[in-house]
Amino acid sequence: MAEWEAVIGIETHVELQTKSKMFCGCAVAFGEAPNTNTCPVCLALPGAIPVPNEEAIEGIVKIGTALDSTINKDSLFYRKNYFYPDLPKNYQISQYTFPVCEFGKLDIMVDGEPFTVGITRVHMEEDTGKSRHVGEGGRIHDASHSLLDFNRSGVPLVEVVTEPDIRTAEQARAYGAELQRIVRTLGVSDARLEEGSMRFDANVSVRRGPDAEFGTRTETKNVNSLRSLQRAITFEIDRQIRVLEEGGEIIQETRHWNEGKGVTISMRIKEESEDYRYFQEPDMLPLEIDEEWQQRVKANQPELPAQKRARYVGLGTDTHTAELLADDPALGGLFDEAVGAGADAKQAGIWLTQEVVAYLRREEKTLSATALSAEHVAELATMVAAGDLSSTASKDVLNGVLAGEGTPREIAESRDLIQISDSGFLDTEVDAVIADNAGAFEKLVAGDMKMIGFFVGQVMKRTGGKADPRLVSEMVRTKVQG
Amino acid sequence: MTDLADLSIAEAGRQLRAGDITSIDLWEATVTRIAYTEPHLHAFLTVDRDGARAAAHAADAAFKAGEDAGPLQGIPIALKDNMCTKGLATTASSRMLEGWVPPYDGTAVAKLRAGGAVLVGKTNLDEFAMGSSTENSAFGTSRNPWDTNRVPGGSSGGSAGSVAAGAAMGAFGSDTGGSIRQPAALCGVVGMKPTYGLVSRYGLIAFASSLDQIGPFARSVEDAALLLEGVAGHDIHDATSYRGEYPTFSDGLDLGVKGLRVGIVKELMVDAIDSEIRSASRAMADKLADAGADVVEVSLPSSEYALSAYYLIAPAECSANLARLDGVRYGNRVPADTTDEMMAKTRAAGFGPEVIRRILLGTYALSAGYYDAFYGQAQRVRTLVRQDFAKAYEHTDVLISPTTPTTAFEIGAKTDDPIAMYYSDVCTIPSNLAGDPSISVPVGLDTQGLPIGFQIMAPALGESTLFRAAAEVERLAEFTARPLLAVSKETV
Ligand SMILES: [Zn+2]
Repeated sequence: MAEWEAVIGIETHVELQTKSKMFCGCAVAFGEAPNTNTCPVCLALPGAIPVPNEEAIEGIVKIGTALDSTINKDSLFYRKNYFYPDLPKNYQISQYTFPVCEFGKLDIMVDGEPFTVGITRVHMEEDTGKSRHVGEGGRIHDASHSLLDFNRSGVPLVEVVTEPDIRTAEQARAYGAELQRIVRTLGVSDARLEEGSMRFDANVSVRRGPDAEFGTRTETKNVNSLRSLQRAITFEIDRQIRVLEEGGEIIQETRHWNEGKGVTISMRIKEESEDYRYFQEPDMLPLEIDEEWQQRVKANQPELPAQKRARYVGLGTDTHTAELLADDPALGGLFDEAVGAGADAKQAGIWLTQEVVAYLRREEKTLSATALSAEHVAELATMVAAGDLSSTASKDVLNGVLAGEGTPREIAESRDLIQISDSGFLDTEVDAVIADNAGAFEKLVAGDMKMIGFFVGQVMKRTGGKADPRLVSEMVRTKVQG
Repeated sequence: MTDLADLSIAEAGRQLRAGDITSIDLWEATVTRIAYTEPHLHAFLTVDRDGARAAAHAADAAFKAGEDAGPLQGIPIALKDNMCTKGLATTASSRMLEGWVPPYDGTAVAKLRAGGAVLVGKTNLDEFAMGSSTENSAFGTSRNPWDTNRVPGGSSGGSAGSVAAGAAMGAFGSDTGGSIRQPAALCGVVGMKPTYGLVSRYGLIAFASSLDQIGPFARSVEDAALLLEGVAGHDIHDATSYRGEYPTFSDGLDLGVKGLRVGIVKELMVDAIDSEIRSASRAMADKLADAGADVVEVSLPSSEYALSAYYLIAPAECSANLARLDGVRYGNRVPADTTDEMMAKTRAAGFGPEVIRRILLGTYALSAGYYDAFYGQAQRVRTLVRQDFAKAYEHTDVLISPTTPTTAFEIGAKTDDPIAMYYSDVCTIPSNLAGDPSISVPVGLDTQGLPIGFQIMAPALGESTLFRAAAEVERLAEFTARPLLAVSKETV
């Protein structure tokens, strides 16, 4: 029998950080006192009706465009009906047929291999309020009462649905990470998984090989990090295979990822697919996104993460450094400026992603809170290229700059780190060392190349560590060839 | 001397501006009339005596200061109790919202306040505007001022009755399938449903969002036009609100109908319509022809299915619109052990039988497996009805028909037969499905002494033509009768 293969589809909800909510003028703001950012519309008072937010529509068009989707010129809102206390209208305004975006794709890299995930649709909807269950275990079943906060009610929510193209938990994670980067690059959401402004639901099933029919799928919710997404899917794949191999059956159901125990737990059985009684939202007209609007979004699209990574590699950084720079807008921005100011890209990339990142972690600072500028990086790179500064010393100088001690040259001079690369002076020093160590030089001439290190070390000693070791090494070799 | 409560808005406006009367005089005449008629009519759920007096004082102060916010400044007006009024209870005649005080004004209400209107109170309706008699109100049935054993029609029965009885100089209601025009016809006043989108629905407690429109009740066509002008216009709080320009409706009321192409709707002149009403409509059509109109017969073949389509679309929309009434955030709540149980018990206790019937109908019509046969089919009929109208308007300017199949019926006569009750809206529903403006003008009394309404319909945004034709119908009808209740007041 063929090997087991998993079939995975991901639904991602992204809260847009617009100025106001999806259908009313209330502010989109978090962490404020409960029910302060509310109005008749987002509390669903009698008589209140929705008006769509243009900024949110622009946000979803940006996402859809970045995901290579078709943007529907006329798109429809629907009511999705279900009763739940944190859903004030007891229907959610969402989309059904004719969502804003359809037929997209996202190219990702998994272990150095390119992989394409099909995007079925990207649609616009609204978020719910939040329930807090009070008493006993804090769960709805044993709570004495529940408190509701509608500050989040009506916050614009974009749902990105993939085709069942994903086959491994690693691919799923890579997809999630890339989608997160894109959303952040577009500036439409901070996409923080731990705070719920980005949320994943994973649909997982398994089958015997790529030609078999799809198996029964489960939907796993409450995945609060990329790592959990990968873990939850891995768990769910293994669980399903185990159940099937033991002769059991997979039940179509919603499961809840328990981070602490590292398992998915059945929430409730979907006996039949829930009937949401979708019908077109009569409070709104079809949403028109004309060609001009679509073109404007396309023209103003920022450089996407994949494009940025490719550009960095083209400049000379390695793939890993390119990823790190592309992932951090502040670091990437400084990198671009430094290269623009003349710094060597490879060198600048390494400094920023290694020394600078280590410093920021150690000092618990953000890049903007340090004194480091693009000009500093360029100056430092020029000094190293000119042989004025050793690679080791450059790291000390960089830390000095980060700490606000001055420009690289000022620091190098005040710490007496400037290298001696005056070849006339060094030649005299090399000759002196050879003269003092005739025996060792004999060995070198006889072919014991290890002795080069000895001579370089001796010169360094005589110059108080300030000679350019690369230059000295070259000179010793020249002497041998005689 | 005429009781000030019986003045037209136009005439009262002239006297206010001439300094002959004050807004307080009008307020006094109105609350005096309300005190007299209300025990017989039960047109109001709330009378805001103090709020109205303050508004009347403010209007008088404005006149004194030379400030004039328009024709409604200082005029006592009643509002259907499904229009949200900040600080004043708004119930939609439902136990569910008994005691609920909105924290906001709907847009139409805000415009009326800004226009200096004196809002005298909130009028009775069928619960959530579902009904044709006010018998579905949780707070008692309103009565017809022409015969208090009869219904005033509905759902805006309280607004219609109050204007007929002189308990308000004008009123507003909402019309989803005829809820303004049908009670206007039964109470012998003018009632008008504007083009969908002309008046903002923000703050109108929704029954069926794609059909609901706020519109005026008045004792004259001119007054109806003035009232509509006071609430019409684009609103950023309503995504379906009309954005374009429109003319002043009260201009051109005396242009007559010479050359106007008038179509009498064949399908609404059938046996199911009371013969006296048909004769009155036919007689008016002849008078219009005599006055120079070009009257022809037209057909709206799909109107046969309009009533059925309406009773799927409106319940479907209401099943979602009323879902927010769950006891969680406002309104009455029946406590229970779990949230689900609380919501279920609250809704079972809070809604009356007709509302529950329509929610169930609508929920069923939208269910998986039934959607296409019911809701989908109804939407297709709606498209056909629109196409019928479009075709008819290719060679006509307005259409005419009776407003209702019967005059005011006795209280209790149709309460056990919902289908018979639904049939009350057979003539009015097509305009709602099409989104077009339509008006009912009283044209006479039947042999029982009950008013007969005559309906005029126009294409979307054809309000000017509609009012022009209605004004001519008003002149030709010479309908001057008043209900006994209003007349007897003068002799008390
Ligand atoms: Zn709000």
